[in-house]
This record gives sequence, structure tokens and C-alpha cells, in this order.
Amino acid sequence: MGNQAMSRTTIGDTPLSQPQGMQPGMMVRNVGKVGLIIAPLFSYFFLWAPILLLVIFSFNDSRGVDTWRGFTLRWYQNIFAGTMGGEARFATGLMVNALTNTLIIGLISTVIATVIGTMVALSLARSNLPGKKILDNILYLPVVIPEITQAVSLAIFFNLVFDYIDSSTGVHGTPGFGTIIIGHVAFNISYVAIVVRARLAGMNPRLEEAANDLGANTWQTFIRITLPLILPGIVAGSLLALTLSMDDLVITFFNSGIGTTTLPVFVYGLIKTSVTPEVNALSSLMLVFSTVIVGFSLYLQNRNSERPHNIG
Amino acid sequence: MRVLVLIALLLSMFGITAAQETVLDTDWTCPEGFEGQQLNVFNWATYIGDSTVADFEALCGVTVQYNVYDSDDMVLTLMRQGNPGHDVAFPTDYVVDILRSEGLLAEIDLANIPNIANIGEQYLNQPFDPENKHSVPYVWGTTGIGYDIDSVGYEITEWSQVFECECRVAWLDSPRAMFSIALTILGFDPNTENPDEIGAARDYLIENSSNVVAIAADDGDSLLAQGEVDVVVEYGGDVGQQIVDCDCENLQYVVPVDGGIIDYTSIILLADGPNPALAQVWMDYILEPEIQASITNTILYPTPNVVAIEEGLIEEEFQNSPAVSLSDEVAANTFFIKKVSSEAEQYYTDAWDEVKILTGL
Repeated sequence: MGNQAMSRTTIGDTPLSQPQGMQPGMMVRNVGKVGLIIAPLFSYFFLWAPILLLVIFSFNDSRGVDTWRGFTLRWYQNIFAGTMGGEARFATGLMVNALTNTLIIGLISTVIATVIGTMVALSLARSNLPGKKILDNILYLPVVIPEITQAVSLAIFFNLVFDYIDSSTGVHGTPGFGTIIIGHVAFNISYVAIVVRARLAGMNPRLEEAANDLGANTWQTFIRITLPLILPGIVAGSLLALTLSMDDLVITFFNSGIGTTTLPVFVYGLIKTSVTPEVNALSSLMLVFSTVIVGFSLYLQNRNSERPHNIG
Repeated sequence: MRVLVLIALLLSMFGITAAQETVLDTDWTCPEGFEGQQLNVFNWATYIGDSTVADFEALCGVTVQYNVYDSDDMVLTLMRQGNPGHDVAFPTDYVVDILRSEGLLAEIDLANIPNIANIGEQYLNQPFDPENKHSVPYVWGTTGIGYDIDSVGYEITEWSQVFECECRVAWLDSPRAMFSIALTILGFDPNTENPDEIGAARDYLIENSSNVVAIAADDGDSLLAQGEVDVVVEYGGDVGQQIVDCDCENLQYVVPVDGGIIDYTSIILLADGPNPALAQVWMDYILEPEIQASITNTILYPTPNVVAIEEGLIEEEFQNSPAVSLSDEVAANTFFIKKVSSEAEQYYTDAWDEVKILTGL
């Protein structure tokens, strides 16, 4: 934990070039200035242009998503009819059901993975186990091994477990929500732990020592000092976990059972006929929903940061 | 009165409806004794009629759990791993053959499926399931040529025209399909396992690739609709949907006279499914003319149900299009892509990689 708070050097007022090379220096500086404006413009364009197209095509009056054939609101009407229990098209009902499954699996696995991942990060940061270095590196394994490998190994693992339970107790287990959630937790622990660990590394350990000095016990120190300081890391880690879980296709499919169709599986399953703009409409609604949530959490964070919080 | 309505609503929420109303008019009646049971259907997301599932639930008083897969390979993989509880699935012909040879299918008692009589003779007892012991026909389809007649300027009827035309062409990213086309042109068996013939087909594809602008995974039909290409090797259903969608005269689909690729989708009875009896009731229900017609009218894949065709239940424009009502000459030359030995499968995959690398596509 030697690398606490970055050593601060003042870069703000340092001239970028030597005084002798005035002309090239000026040029570099100008290019830099223009670049500073253009780079984010380009990044935002690449980030948002496809999403903007997705939203535009959710109003497409066509069976497919690729060719524009006029404006319609019917895809949104379908979804609202589907969720309000009215007479929904079969495909809409299926899609809304798949979204519900995705959210259930995503939320449960995120909560579990966040708790376990944070505990792993804390214990790796604070303990002095003999094999700590190795454990630390093993943590990165699920991040780097191909998804299909993990999916197959999980499927084999569950098969063995079910066989064992079957032979020892006679209870016949089948894959389903449980196996999918365990699978998602398995890969998400690493992501959460890595993000939280980065946050812990940047934390000033003297703050905890100070709390101890002032008479707080370990638990109080954790709740009052450590947790608030690493909270942004935990939130970021859990959001990453939620996104990965909602995106996942391969691990979900290999460990799926009856009635566990998730949204990614549904969308891929449309390939046989055609992906309809209804998928765009649902994605747009999810986009609005998540933007509101992120906006709200940013607002809360801004309000909180007015308190003396980031002394680290 | 209000209380009654409320109770009725509550009951209907639990699926205990008194009046069993169906969306489609049908004479089909469900055999007794299945009320309250469940059927687990495994299918593509929208590869079924809009009310097919709901009507079956109403007629039999059962629950259908509809699960989605995204490729035939996924069905294969899952079933090899151990059936998690699916009763029926809807794979392509050669996949039926693989599943059958690996013992992953259960046996059907055709006495339970009187509606098999509605299926045309020519669609039954196919090599992939010689006595229909494990599968019944669902829909069929073709792989052929989609093209924009305005930009090509003439009618296309043969495979060789795809390679000769001075226009922008997209191939289908399916080694077996593309090689079977080249093999047909060269006069070989489209399902050959001979490495020399496969090599000759590879050379033919490479030599005649100058007009190819894309090898399309499953979006060749949209490239055609957007005007990015003029000619595309594609599945008939995909091009058909674009033609319906654009409601235009210039887009055409043709099954080549020298050998269109034909494929069947079957309903299969999976081994170790929880409810094989209800699964066979489901098969009989699907083969009812009104039901199978409504499926075809929704997903735009031709039906093997000749009674439905005779009764005029299929939308006329679709049924009479040359891609569906194949002329005798065209029908006589169609062929299946068959399961080949794994060595031959490897030849095809490798040769296709070489084609892709040497053409830079």
C-alpha cells in the first residue's frame, strides 16, 4: 500500500516548450489547443451517434431496423400494451418477459457480486496472507479468459453438482435462474473487486489511523471512514457488474433452463425472421430510464460532495 | 356485478378462464386430460404465429413455456449437455439428422398426430428422418438469388449469372451453401466429400469473385434493400420479408433453375422432455390447416400443409410467387445440404477460409 495519494507536481503553470524554440513551440501548443477541442467532440460523436440512430430507428415504420420507411409510434404502443396487460402481440409479451428475466438476474447477481467483490478487495488490500500476490493475480483470471471457456466450465460444474445431489439425496436439480445467477456472480466478483481495489489503493491510510487515534473502533472506522471513501468505487463496480450481467449471452445460454430467456437471447433469437424496431423502442426506453437513474445519482453525489469528504 | 367482474378478472389472471376463446377460428379439439399441464417449447423468438401459443393454451387449458434460442448449434450444444427440460424444438433438416444419430430425440407415435395427413407426400419420409419417427414438417424454405431487376437490367434464372453479372454482388457467409452452388455449376454433387472437388469449387469461387463486394452473415437482404448491392445469395424468407416490406416492383427473388438449395424446419420431440404426450398434441395442433396457415402467413416461410393450400388459407400473393410455388423444373433440381463426415466438414471450413483470405473479403 505504498502508493497512496499521487505525489503532487504543479503542471498548471509550467510552459510546454523551451523559450528558444518559439515557433515550433507555438505550433505544438496551437495543435494541442485545437486537439483539445476536437478530441472530445470526436469521442462524443462516436459514443452517441449510434445511440442516436438507435433511437431514431425505433420510430421506423418497417418490419426491419435497417431501412427507413416512415414514422410510426406503434412499436412504443406495442410495448405499453404489453406491459399494461392489455392485448399484446406475442413477440411483445415475449420481449417484456425477457426484459423482466434480465433485470431479475442482473439485480440479484449484482447485489451478491458487489458484496463479495468488495469483501475480496478489502481482504486483499488489508491482509498479509503468504500467497497474496498469487491470489491477487488469480482475481484477474475471469476478466481475461474467454467467456465461452467460463460458460462451458460452469455448465460442467453444475452437471457434476446436480449428479452428486441426485445420487446422494434423490433430488433432481435442473438449471434455471439459480445457475444463471451463480454464473453471473462468478465473473462479476472479479470486476467489482478490481474496481474497488483501485479505489482502495488511492485512499490515504492515515485517515483510518486518525479515526483509530480518536477512539473509533474498527467497525465504526469502516462505516464512517472507509466505506464512504470507497463508495464511489463500489457504485462504479456494481454498475459495471449490472451492465455485464444484462449484456451476457454465452454464460446465460449455457446455464439456462426453462423460462429463463433473457433479453440478449431474445434479440439474437429474432435473427431467423427479422429484428424489429420494437427492440430499438425497448432499448430507447431503457436508455431514458438509465439516464434518469445516473442523473439522479450524480445529483446526489454532487450534493454530498459539498460536505468535507474528499480530503484524501 | 362489479365483484363478479373482479373475480373473473382475477381468475383469468391465473389462467382459469371459463370461456375458452381463441383468436383463430379452428375445428381442432384438444384430447381430454391435459388441463393444468405444462409444455416447454424451444424455438426462435418470432418463428411462430401471433396467437399460436395463446390459442393452444386456451384449447387445452395448459401453460406453454416458450423459450428462445438463437441458432441450431445452440440446440445441439444444450441437448448434448443434457436436456434441461424442453419438450419440442424447431431445427433445420441436417440438425435433425445429427440429433437423431446421437440419440437425442424421442420417438413419436404418429397415431397421436392424425393431422400428419394434411402434409404433402413429398415433405414426409425425408432422408434426415426416413420414417418421421422423431419429427414432423413445420415450414420449408429455399436459398436462392435476391436481386434488383432495375439495376441488373435482366432476369436472373441460374447460379452462374450471379458470378458473371457486371454488378455488385453479396455472397452468403455459409461455406456449405456457397460451395454447394459452385459444385452445382461445376457438375459435382453439392454434398460431396471429395477434397479434390471441394478444391475445384474453391478455385471457381476465387476466380469468379471480382464482382463480390461483401460476404454477408445474415444481412444480405438488407444490403439489397438499401441498394448497397444489386445481387445477393440469400435465404428466401429474408428476401421475401424485404419485398413485402418495401412493397416495390424492383426487388425479386428467384430459386435458380439449375439447383436451388432447399431446407426444412421440423418440429422435433426431444429426448428426456418432461411431457412427450402433450408435445405430440402440440404437433397435431400445429399441423391443423388453419394453425399452420396462420404461422406461414406471419413468418413468410412456405408451408408443407397441402390442405391449407388447397383450402386457400395461405395469402394468395405469397403462395403464388415463384419462390413458393416452384415450377416442376425448378422443384426437380432442388437439393438439400446434407450432413457430411467431420473430415469433409473441415475441408469445407478450411476452403472457405482460403476463399475469404484470397479474395480479401
